[in-house]
Amino acid sequence: MKHRIYKLLLAMLMGSFLVACSEPGPTGSTVPTVATRSDALLAGPERWKTIIADKLHDPTGPGAQQLQNPAEALFYLPSAFSGNYVRWVEAIEEGYINPRPSILDNNYEMQVLDLDVIRTRTADMPMVLFPHRKHTEWLECSNCHEWLFKSRRGATRFGMFDVLNGEYCGRCHGAVAFPLVECFYCHSVRRSDLKKPVTELEMHK
Amino acid sequence: MTSECRHPFYRYLLRRYLWGSLLLLSMFPLLTPLTATAEYGDVVLNKRAEKAGMRPVIFPHWFHRIRFRCRVCHTEVGFEMRAGSNNILMSDIIDGRFCGMCHNNKIAWGPQNCQLCHSGLPGLESGVRGGATTGGPGKW
Repeated sequence: MKHRIYKLLLAMLMGSFLVACSEPGPTGSTVPTVATRSDALLAGPERWKTIIADKLHDPTGPGAQQLQNPAEALFYLPSAFSGNYVRWVEAIEEGYINPRPSILDNNYEMQVLDLDVIRTRTADMPMVLFPHRKHTEWLECSNCHEWLFKSRRGATRFGMFDVLNGEYCGRCHGAVAFPLVECFYCHSVRRSDLKKPVTELEMHK
Repeated sequence: MTSECRHPFYRYLLRRYLWGSLLLLSMFPLLTPLTATAEYGDVVLNKRAEKAGMRPVIFPHWFHRIRFRCRVCHTEVGFEMRAGSNNILMSDIIDGRFCGMCHNNKIAWGPQNCQLCHSGLPGLESGVRGGATTGGPGKW
């Protein structure tokens, strides 16, 4: 009986140690922190902070009372476990939202490109599949090409360090698009799943 | 896998550590502190606001992307995709540039509604907030 209590205490000690490790460093620290949100496990609208309680808006100011709370809008969209807790691409594809593609031209339509690119040099991780279709539902070509990514395959060389530092994919992923805790959203093609081995960047579709 | 588990040593390990590890795993989400407070993608703009005696601006990406695709702001309006690289003056907005392309009383509220954008806590630093952040020299 006694050793069970010790075990319990040890588990609690280790648990609190892990919690202490998971806390982010002070502002401006260079240690990468991946914020874990315990509210990710909640299912209802209480997952999203209210404007008044988000420690960003001034609750004493006149504006914070009038702004829309995230839960009022995001609760009704397809849910995810990170970021805004919203699968934004699915929200568009399944018709939950239809954001305006242009404010200058009422007849503008998004130029959707259905082209997948596989990046193969990912070491031990599964290969990265980049779907143009999901990106061109939100963005247009010039948002990424040619200044950030070259259109020729294999021409843009970058690694996970760049992405974690907020370059290349990290310009959006980690700030606005789904965060970098979702490794397997991008690293989604296992080498064993492909019929023939891929030795270089390969496109299909 | 199952044949390995039948080995007395593995059974001993399992018996000894199973409940402790399960307990640990079950407690982890409960004890994880609320580290993130802002909504994911919120941007604080405080390059000039507080110096000019206003509250910092909080830009919510989530609110805007329900209503507009990324290209509207990042191509048509011309915002660069890097916090801090857009040099926005209030006079630009009143003249209909940057935020003022929509915040003109036609598409969205006009610039006379100061408090709706300038709603941040005093003393906030500029940058992207909320959820998972990255570290390093390219940090936003």
